Amino acid sequence: METSRDDFVIAIRSAFLKKGAQQRFSLLSLILFSIIFLILGSLNFKAINYVKITIKEIVYRSSFIVSGPENFIKDSYFTIQNHKNLYKENEKNKSELAKLKSKDLSNKFIILENQRLKNIIDDYVSESDAVVAKVLSDKGSPFLKSIIINKGSKQGLYLGMIAMDGEYLVGKVVEVNYLSSRVLLLSDLNSKIPVTLEPGGLLSILSGTGEDHGVIQYTKKYKEIQSQSIIYTSGTSGLFKAGIPIGRINSNFLGDGKKVEFFSDFSQLRFVKIFSFIKNGAE
Amino acid sequence: MTELSNKNFINTISSKIPLILLFVSILNDYDFNHLGLKYFSFNFSYILIFYYSVKKSESLGYSYIFIAGLFNDVVGGTPIGLTSLIYLIICVAASYLRNITLRPSLIKDGIFFLITILIVNSLLFVALNFIFNYELNYFDQIINITYTFLLYFLFSNLFDIFENYFVGSNNVR
Repeated sequence: METSRDDFVIAIRSAFLKKGAQQRFSLLSLILFSIIFLILGSLNFKAINYVKITIKEIVYRSSFIVSGPENFIKDSYFTIQNHKNLYKENEKNKSELAKLKSKDLSNKFIILENQRLKNIIDDYVSESDAVVAKVLSDKGSPFLKSIIINKGSKQGLYLGMIAMDGEYLVGKVVEVNYLSSRVLLLSDLNSKIPVTLEPGGLLSILSGTGEDHGVIQYTKKYKEIQSQSIIYTSGTSGLFKAGIPIGRINSNFLGDGKKVEFFSDFSQLRFVKIFSFIKNGAE
Repeated sequence: MTELSNKNFINTISSKIPLILLFVSILNDYDFNHLGLKYFSFNFSYILIFYYSVKKSESLGYSYIFIAGLFNDVVGGTPIGLTSLIYLIICVAASYLRNITLRPSLIKDGIFFLITILIVNSLLFVALNFIFNYELNYFDQIINITYTFLLYFLFSNLFDIFENYFVGSNNVR
């Protein structure tokens, strides 16, 4: 028992005090140094602060050099990661691109087909920029159903442009001044536009009456006209695009001249949209 | 003659490699953070100091270890002198182990290393947390100790290979 205790003491003493072949200081003295450093450092001792500053200068400069290889490894690691991700990303993009290309091809085909069909029927395929105009006055005379708008040639308006109330046709520009224009409403006696009645696809002419409704004229198939049929522009005159909704056949009045109730209330117009439809290659 | 001087130069450089490794590891702060591993960290300098203090104490001088500790404090931002103290305590433990060991074995060294790092990390934790008011994550410390202990076996073998085949000192204890 006594011997083992002695051995322990000897081993500890040897560990603390024995200096190796190339050791200048014993461990005990260095430990004491460390403790002194710690205590003086925590007390903000000036000499220790200078030592700290010097060590910092050495460490920061040397760590820049020393960290070179590790930074190289790190950078290589990130580069490899990026390359790996790039490969995956590229594969993903490739598959997406292939999908989009096939979609684009089918879209192009549809667009071309649409243009070709429109060219066959000589339809309007694009519209000019719309000009929103304020209604300055509306002529309520039975002989002249028209409105005056606050836009003229200065804003690019010209004769024959159409006026719409939302999605509904209300008339066409018949007079253009510098700052104002006149729009002839569909209800005017002089207004005659080619229309299609759906269902059935019956072609006819919608004439104004000078009142707040229109009539279907110049057709031999009056009997085929169904009540509540919808009237659209047919586009045959070359002025309007086909398919602009205008009004509905009034079922209460099914005489020879079929009465048409306009979708838009012309007496309540405050703003109208003025634009024209352009054929392909007309610009 | 030239061949002899070249051999001497290579031997000198090889014998200084542990010291270079120590300073590089401290200045570089090996932590494998760039791998993005949350639960992985180890203290390479503990392994290096313990191994060389046990097996070849002349490779790392105590003075250099003391200076390395000061450098580590500057890099890590801990109170200056604390890491030196910790490193020197590891040296004391290693020196004690060397003195009492008759038949060296890696397992015994590993277990003693575990006890040593448990003690020094406890000291570090107490000193930083309660004396110098530093915030330390207890869980991170445990992770660090665990990996340092586990990797001791790997690095111990690597250092053995290095010493036996590159430095050529077959008398590594």
